Amino acid sequence: MNELELAKFEFCVRLGDSALILGHRLSEWCGHAPILEEDIAITNVALDFVGLSRNWLTYAAQIQNEGKTEDDLAYLRDVVEYRNALLTEQPNGDFAVTMTRQFFYDVFSHYFYYELCNSHDLTIKGIAEKAVKEIDYHLRHSTEWMYRLGDGTEESHQRTQDAVDELWMFTGDMFDTNQGYQLLLDNKVVPNMELIKQHWTSKVNEVFAKATLSVPQNNFMQRGSLKGSHTEHLGFLLAEMQYLQRSYPKSEW
Amino acid sequence: MEHNDQSQGTLWEVFIQGNPGIPHKHAGSLHAPDAEMALQAARDVYTRRSEGISIWVVPAASITASSPEDNGSFFEPSNDKPYRHPTFYKVPDGVKYL
Repeated sequence: MNELELAKFEFCVRLGDSALILGHRLSEWCGHAPILEEDIAITNVALDFVGLSRNWLTYAAQIQNEGKTEDDLAYLRDVVEYRNALLTEQPNGDFAVTMTRQFFYDVFSHYFYYELCNSHDLTIKGIAEKAVKEIDYHLRHSTEWMYRLGDGTEESHQRTQDAVDELWMFTGDMFDTNQGYQLLLDNKVVPNMELIKQHWTSKVNEVFAKATLSVPQNNFMQRGSLKGSHTEHLGFLLAEMQYLQRSYPKSEW
Repeated sequence: MEHNDQSQGTLWEVFIQGNPGIPHKHAGSLHAPDAEMALQAARDVYTRRSEGISIWVVPAASITASSPEDNGSFFEPSNDKPYRHPTFYKVPDGVKYL
């Protein structure tokens, strides 16, 4: 891979990993959500993310050109090789934690994928165009929940505010970029991340005001996912997700 | 977690329109706390396989229904009036959703 291809590969892996890990986290709710209707809703969203992840990892494998497939990338890489945003690997916690995590990532996705539709890489543009409608719906769903949980009962408000405070330090990592990203930006493959962050911040402020939630004032941020530094939760997640391929290599079903 | 009717929200009836120009049909029911969430839940529960292009949700409590005891006076009188059935017309070719 030349420099540009390597940057594209890393970019596709980052977005693909975030989608895969968040999709897997959501799938853990299958059969356990608070009500049947939400169980189906969350599972739908989980499937959207796994589908999106396939698109990214398939393209990544194609760029890599080592004869690997999306499954090799998903099931045979270890924690340090994963590039998903730290936010996406955080445990489900209670329903408020899951929805807050989802809301934070959906706002990011909404603006990021919308801009990505202008990418000069036609495959990336195509993946983004297919994803934006799904993402619009995800954001609508999680936003409505933020209003209802934040401005709901005393307990739902407290749990949601706790979730916000707990997850806040993982939100900065989503916007981190590296030299490869700069190269892609110079080649008009990706949008300016500063712009996405501004949109994200103003949208979160707007929804929180209506949901009677406070934006945390503590701005310490955990970072490192771009280099493969993850929180301790990712290892357990991968152990479960990759178990079958690791224990029975090349098995198919 | 404790479940009662209140914790799941109220009951909504869902109507789905499958194609342009044809009526919304009753698809089923679901629980939701309010109209917007009922609409979203209906989307997720009843249109996952491209069943629809439009959704109506109606609070089940807002529907007034006939009761089985009404059947005699409501429906039986029409049984012996075959002239009300338009069975003598030919449906033109090309009319799909009659």
